[in-house]
Amino acid sequence: MSWVLVMPLVIPFITAVIAFILRNSPANRWVSVVGSVLALVAAAVLMVSVLKEGVVAAQMSNWSAPFGITLVADYLSAVMVVITAITGLATTVYALGEIPEETEKLGFYALFQTLLAGVTGAFLTGDLFNLYVWFEVMLIASFSLLVIGGGKERLDAGIKYVALNLVSTLVFLSGIGMLYGVTGTLNMADLRGAVAAAENQGLITVIAMMFMVGFGVKAAVFPLFFWLPASYHTPYFAVSAVFAGLLTKVGVYALMRMFSLVFVGDIGFTHEILLWVSLLTMFTGVIGAAAQTDFRKILSFHIISQIGYMTLGLALFTPLALMGGVFYLVHHIIVKANLFFVAGLARQYAGSTDLNRIGGLYKSAPLLAALFIIPAFSLAGFPPLSGFWAKYLIVKAALELNFWFVTFVSLFVGLLTIYSMTKIWAMAFWKPHPDGIDPTPNRAPPQVTRAMILPIAALAAMTIVIGFYPEPFVQFAETAANQLLDPTDYVTTVLGVQP
Amino acid sequence: MKSVIFETGARLLVALIFVFSLFMLLRGHNLPGGGFIGGLLGAVSFIVYSLAKGPAEARKALHMAPETIAAIGLGIALLAGLLSFFMGDPLFTGQWFWIGGDSYDTAVFAPNSILVFDIGVYLVVLGGILSLAFAFDEET
Amino acid sequence: MESLTAILIGVLTAAAVYMMLARNIMRFMFGLILLSNAVNLTIFTAGRMTKGEPALVPYGQDAPLTDIGNALPQALVLTAIVIGFGLLAFLLALVFEAYRRLHVVDTDAMRHAEPKEDTTK
Repeated sequence: MSWVLVMPLVIPFITAVIAFILRNSPANRWVSVVGSVLALVAAAVLMVSVLKEGVVAAQMSNWSAPFGITLVADYLSAVMVVITAITGLATTVYALGEIPEETEKLGFYALFQTLLAGVTGAFLTGDLFNLYVWFEVMLIASFSLLVIGGGKERLDAGIKYVALNLVSTLVFLSGIGMLYGVTGTLNMADLRGAVAAAENQGLITVIAMMFMVGFGVKAAVFPLFFWLPASYHTPYFAVSAVFAGLLTKVGVYALMRMFSLVFVGDIGFTHEILLWVSLLTMFTGVIGAAAQTDFRKILSFHIISQIGYMTLGLALFTPLALMGGVFYLVHHIIVKANLFFVAGLARQYAGSTDLNRIGGLYKSAPLLAALFIIPAFSLAGFPPLSGFWAKYLIVKAALELNFWFVTFVSLFVGLLTIYSMTKIWAMAFWKPHPDGIDPTPNRAPPQVTRAMILPIAALAAMTIVIGFYPEPFVQFAETAANQLLDPTDYVTTVLGVQP
Repeated sequence: MKSVIFETGARLLVALIFVFSLFMLLRGHNLPGGGFIGGLLGAVSFIVYSLAKGPAEARKALHMAPETIAAIGLGIALLAGLLSFFMGDPLFTGQWFWIGGDSYDTAVFAPNSILVFDIGVYLVVLGGILSLAFAFDEET
Repeated sequence: MESLTAILIGVLTAAAVYMMLARNIMRFMFGLILLSNAVNLTIFTAGRMTKGEPALVPYGQDAPLTDIGNALPQALVLTAIVIGFGLLAFLLALVFEAYRRLHVVDTDAMRHAEPKEDTTK
């Protein structure tokens, strides 16, 4: 049974090793593509077995839980692994077009696959310290990917990103240490019982707040988000896309996991804080975006705003809200990565991402314009795209609780999102180019553009499919939410006994 | 830094430290020691060499880019872990083979995946530390 | 013993926070190193400081003969030290490269990624 859980993790690592050894030959990019396809197959197999059994768990090295490291996948983990593999594949294909050969020789694909391995590991692990280790695998790869290729901007952004993420890691790590001191275990399933049985519940709440800060920095929630807009607009577009799609979501996933499985003793306090944090995150993110005039900076601020919706789903903590949160998580990864892809291609055509200096893309690249409209409107929540259902579920959950203010903020932020997307549309696509020229991909041969447009089209198609046939996805999210709210299955599968 | 005394001493030291690092790697099988500490010591030996002769010479002595050594080490460690997968156990379960007997006590030689994993760790640490150390050495 | 290390952790953290508030990126980094040591000590202390033999089972036995120290926090701290070492080495390399290329260590002057708005327009 254990191999279905292990394969999605091992494949990226092996791919990374092979890609690194072959880094001086052009074959390394195809190694990365093949590895990503295999990882997607492995993720799909994992998904099938989770759909069949509910929760799948495996003990590494035959050390039984809670002593060894456990890998475990419930519905949420499984869907995150699948979406990671999809984003990984799309980004690898996109990188074929974008990443120059000298960057490849520095080991770009190896680092990229290591990043995917770290993200997958964080989704699959059932052990808190192991989660820390996967976070670090992910971080060290992301640090290198952020600064790879050089340039003053990237160095500057890299320092801010690295420094703040290291601080958050240390907060998270001391939280782990204190939780171990209180309960004597680090297995997440075991922690559920141990935390509930702990004598000093006040201390548990303090530790919970440390975790919230630690994961909050990773997830870029208010007021800990400032590293994100300082760094996400500098690296290669393929890197930005995978960062925007996956990295912050690991923080959100960790929040969802810990605050539904372990820290549920004082929901009135912890989730209330989370609620206000979410609302402020949504609001500041979207306001920040409104002030920007750079394609990628606008998108970066929108990541923050959308993160708020996901944590809002967790904060409301009803089945419907969590369901919306899970749905939002999946939808947002696809859409946000896609928007960064579009930004990259727009720069290939127009030569810049500064909206004041580009224009006329609708006329010279109508296909790109059409492909921008889909994720952009999906992000803003237009029916019948995936973003509509995601927002609908969250808003409905807020309405059911009679949280009028929350509902108002969600809808208002949605409105401002439309404003930002229209701004990009009007300035990059609609208005004529300020220099009076027709933007064309002057620097790139056609096969480069083709490699870049393929993943954009594929992800846009996924948004549409989820939008028109939301039924199975919503049902899936519902089961995932129920598993989060009642993790009995999770706990018994991991520990092998009734709690 | 150019010093005849250090250069002469380094020749002796490098070999000694490197052999000691291998000793540590093998000793770690049953006693404190192991791949990590061995790899650190191995890296120290090459760092001493690079301080004495310069990083270019040290790179030549290593024959391979340190990053590649680290990647190969990671591959070896992974393969050692995957071996248990082919034997039907969960990942990274230690696999033992007895040659010339049927248990640890009677076997003449007991190859196992744990030592292979340790060698992988040794190479990862050696390669990782050296790539950093050489980079710093070349900058200054 | 625990209270003594707790005080030490507090002092380390205070010093770390003081240094991390500086604008100089080198000071920030040294603060981070101190903080990382404070966190490692936290894990170590959280595992309770007991006197005991190393957690090794003698050959031919099923269990250790005497009281052993708690091995898990040691393993955790070792992992954390190694990872922390790697990350801090990376940060040092990054800061050094930034100093070489940008010629500043003052975080306020690092505005390449986020240039000041041109207010004259």
